[in-house]
Amino acid sequence: MEKKIRNRVIIIAVAIIVCLMGIICYPRNEQETFGFPTNWQRLKENVRDRIRLGLDLKGGTHLVLQVQVNDAVNITVDLAQERLQDELRSHGIPATVEKKTENSRTYLLLSNVLQEKSGDLQTLVSEQFPDWDLARRAGDPNAREISLKTSAAGNIRNQALEQSKNTIRNRIDQLGVTEPTIADYGRGDYELVVQLPGVDDPTRVKDIIQSTAMLTLKIVREGPFPSREAALASHGGVLPPDSELLPGRRESGSDNAGGEAWYVLDRIAAVTGRDLRDAQPRPDENGRPSVNFSLTRDGAARFGRVTGANIGKQLAIILDNRVVSAPVIQGQISDNGRITGSFTPQQAADLALVLRSGALPASIKYLQEMTVGPSLGADSIRHGVIASIVGLLAVMAFMLFYYRGSGINANLALFLNLLILVAALAYFGAVLTLPGIAGVILTVGMGVDSNVLIFERIREELRLGKTVWAAVAGGFDHAFHTIIDTHVTTVASALILFTFGTGPIRGFAVTLTIGLIANLFTSVFVSRVIFDYVLTRREKGEALSI
Amino acid sequence: MEFFHEPKIDWMGKKWYFIGLTLVLLVAGMASIAIRRGLTYGIDFRGGTLVYVKFTRQPDLDAIRGQLRKENLGEATIQRYGPVASNEVMIGLDLQATTSTDALDAGKRAIASALAGLSGASPEGRVDFNNASPQSVAEHLVVADPLQRASKGSEEAMRAYRELAEAVVNFRNGPPRSGLLGDLSELKAVPGVTPAVLEALGKDFYLSSYAVRNTEIVGPKVGTDLRRQAVYVTLAGLGAMLVYIWFRFELIYGVAAVIATFHDVLITLGIFSLLNKEISLTVIAALLTLVGYSMNDTIVVFDRIRENVHLNKRESFFDLVNRSINQTLSRTILTSGLTFLAVLSLYLFGGEVIHGFALTLVIGVIIGTYSSIAIASPILVFFYERAGKNRIGARPRALERETAGARR
Repeated sequence: MEKKIRNRVIIIAVAIIVCLMGIICYPRNEQETFGFPTNWQRLKENVRDRIRLGLDLKGGTHLVLQVQVNDAVNITVDLAQERLQDELRSHGIPATVEKKTENSRTYLLLSNVLQEKSGDLQTLVSEQFPDWDLARRAGDPNAREISLKTSAAGNIRNQALEQSKNTIRNRIDQLGVTEPTIADYGRGDYELVVQLPGVDDPTRVKDIIQSTAMLTLKIVREGPFPSREAALASHGGVLPPDSELLPGRRESGSDNAGGEAWYVLDRIAAVTGRDLRDAQPRPDENGRPSVNFSLTRDGAARFGRVTGANIGKQLAIILDNRVVSAPVIQGQISDNGRITGSFTPQQAADLALVLRSGALPASIKYLQEMTVGPSLGADSIRHGVIASIVGLLAVMAFMLFYYRGSGINANLALFLNLLILVAALAYFGAVLTLPGIAGVILTVGMGVDSNVLIFERIREELRLGKTVWAAVAGGFDHAFHTIIDTHVTTVASALILFTFGTGPIRGFAVTLTIGLIANLFTSVFVSRVIFDYVLTRREKGEALSI
Repeated sequence: MEFFHEPKIDWMGKKWYFIGLTLVLLVAGMASIAIRRGLTYGIDFRGGTLVYVKFTRQPDLDAIRGQLRKENLGEATIQRYGPVASNEVMIGLDLQATTSTDALDAGKRAIASALAGLSGASPEGRVDFNNASPQSVAEHLVVADPLQRASKGSEEAMRAYRELAEAVVNFRNGPPRSGLLGDLSELKAVPGVTPAVLEALGKDFYLSSYAVRNTEIVGPKVGTDLRRQAVYVTLAGLGAMLVYIWFRFELIYGVAAVIATFHDVLITLGIFSLLNKEISLTVIAALLTLVGYSMNDTIVVFDRIRENVHLNKRESFFDLVNRSINQTLSRTILTSGLTFLAVLSLYLFGGEVIHGFALTLVIGVIIGTYSSIAIASPILVFFYERAGKNRIGARPRALERETAGARR
């Protein structure tokens, strides 16, 4: 018996050492070395570094946003429409192509298709547009519908989500937020959750994340006009083919500065944001904030060609479908340019940042925003710690009072239970939230249940007149089934909570689950070893203190 | 010591009283929910804006309301929370037709401008220190350069100012100030703050009478989705438990335990309505925890019933259930008492953020314990009495196999 106890004590000692290591010196990442704390200060720092606090405790901003992935699908349909028109022309298939949207389904409608060209059209679509389906339109023998295949549309949506995630991550990284999280929200529907620790005024970050930063440079055909109507009127109400009309603002220095300005532009862009190599905020020659950009090789070649052919014309710099400025092209420009407008230095810096990080493939809608000020976080930690300590002391005092000597046993087990819980949080890098602290407190209350079950059973066995050894063995055996059943149901509800909840609530589910699993070890195994140890040291005939 | 020495209470004989009490609680709760036209949901389910603000003095709620009215965003709910001396107020704005997803933070901006209006005109060009972030403090310090760093604008000087800014902001946030300074000169206590630094701060900053501590904005979509999801998840949880208990015990045990647990959820929701408390996301989390706890408690009693069924084949089921409850009574009272102590401590000391959560558990621990004895056990007795299986010898074979397995 002595030897068996020794082996089990070794297991417990190893568990304690492993736990302590996790809390005070286990390296958190590959760069870190195994640093054993040599002084009190270092020890405190190590512990603080290893327990990752949730946003609700350290303060910060939590955003839920939805990527409007249908924007990306729309863009694809637009591009396909242009390409289809070109292809139809070059294959000599006369038809008119219109973009239609019905019940959130977007497709291209071909009308006036000649019957004898039907086969050619079929071949064209299957060869040149493999991601598209061609179907007859009900009720009109000369019309066809061309729509994106479901799988292709799904791919475009998923790509838009992934690309948005990367772009947002780039932007946040450049803002210098420490340890941000950008992840799927987990409900489908193309939603992302963005967590920004330490950011307590999210206005600027939100604007930066949200700006689509769709940059295009287009040649101005005519303008500026004072209003949309005026621009249309000069063309008899219909825009010329391959052109488009976009609004902007009168530049300062001209008459009517700051008023509306409408431009008729080439529909095809000379250069887009994709051709950017870099963008930096720099003051222009008048000291006004502006953004300098440089282009990739391909972009520069194209830009040089277009500007060379259009000297004397205006070049519109368009950001998110608004003309920010339209300088006159003085000579051929190839690899760099400047965006001026009425920016503040901050706006210029932010614009440079979003241009550098790439455009968002789709716009973004915010669904939820939560900001926890750091003072509240600090208060929450203090409250949580006080509540835990008071709860723990109350439970421990009661166990001592009610079970005397065996109360010490239960309290040691409880203490070890909490130690394992904290160590597991450190090892897994789990996040401790305020509800997580509540989970710790609840673990104290529910964890001690196992001990109560066992002790009450031992008392019953003693009342039946069994020897102390038999009573302890019987108590543990009988209570074990109950403990398993109760733990399974509670852990199951905690796991369901984990899949349902987000952020803070997940933290609760995590601590409760770890706490209860650790409890199986401490209340059944550790408690038993302590009993066996006490019993072997006991004088013959001496009663068990329970 | 012992609270109960072999109690012999006739629990099942009192089952009609229990059922009466349950019905009273249920009817009262449901009536309250009906009168209030449904449960009162928190911002996270309803959608809207919630801002927690701390003031230096006792705030005048009517003045805040008056300022908010000027913003034309509908009627705001304004209430104090926490201890009176903490001067804390919660301002809520419901989701408006105008507060669509396009301008999610319209409500927040309205509240901010109302608060600014309340504390009077801000000194020209200066920034409110009580609501400033460390970044903004650092930016101002770098420009003012009160430490006269030789290498102005260098990486090293920037870092020094960033650290200083963090130190003063942490000082402001720490207890007992909790985010509010009454006077900038209080910052003298921060190491590294020289008179020159104080002077520089005084030039760029002023102190308003409030600090925004927490902001929650929830769009309309999230709220409705969450409510539906919360119901599904609770039902899924109960379903999983039913299957587990069916597998470990027998179907009727599972049914009884699930009815008892569902009863706990309904009664807790009813009490929340009676107390006029809001159902928030954390309350739902606590309800799910309560599902686990109540199951846990019921299973302890059922386990003992199962064991006794195997040991004693001659006793009536009625007496056997009574005896099982009495045998586990000591443990039931102890565990519930200790868990109650733990969650009570959470309720009393855990702070405002977690109040609803702790309250749910405080109520839930009591109801969950009660239902194991008063609801789950009588259901078993009803079932066996109706099925004419009152004599234990006639109990189903599945149960016998299970208990035999458990004993091995």
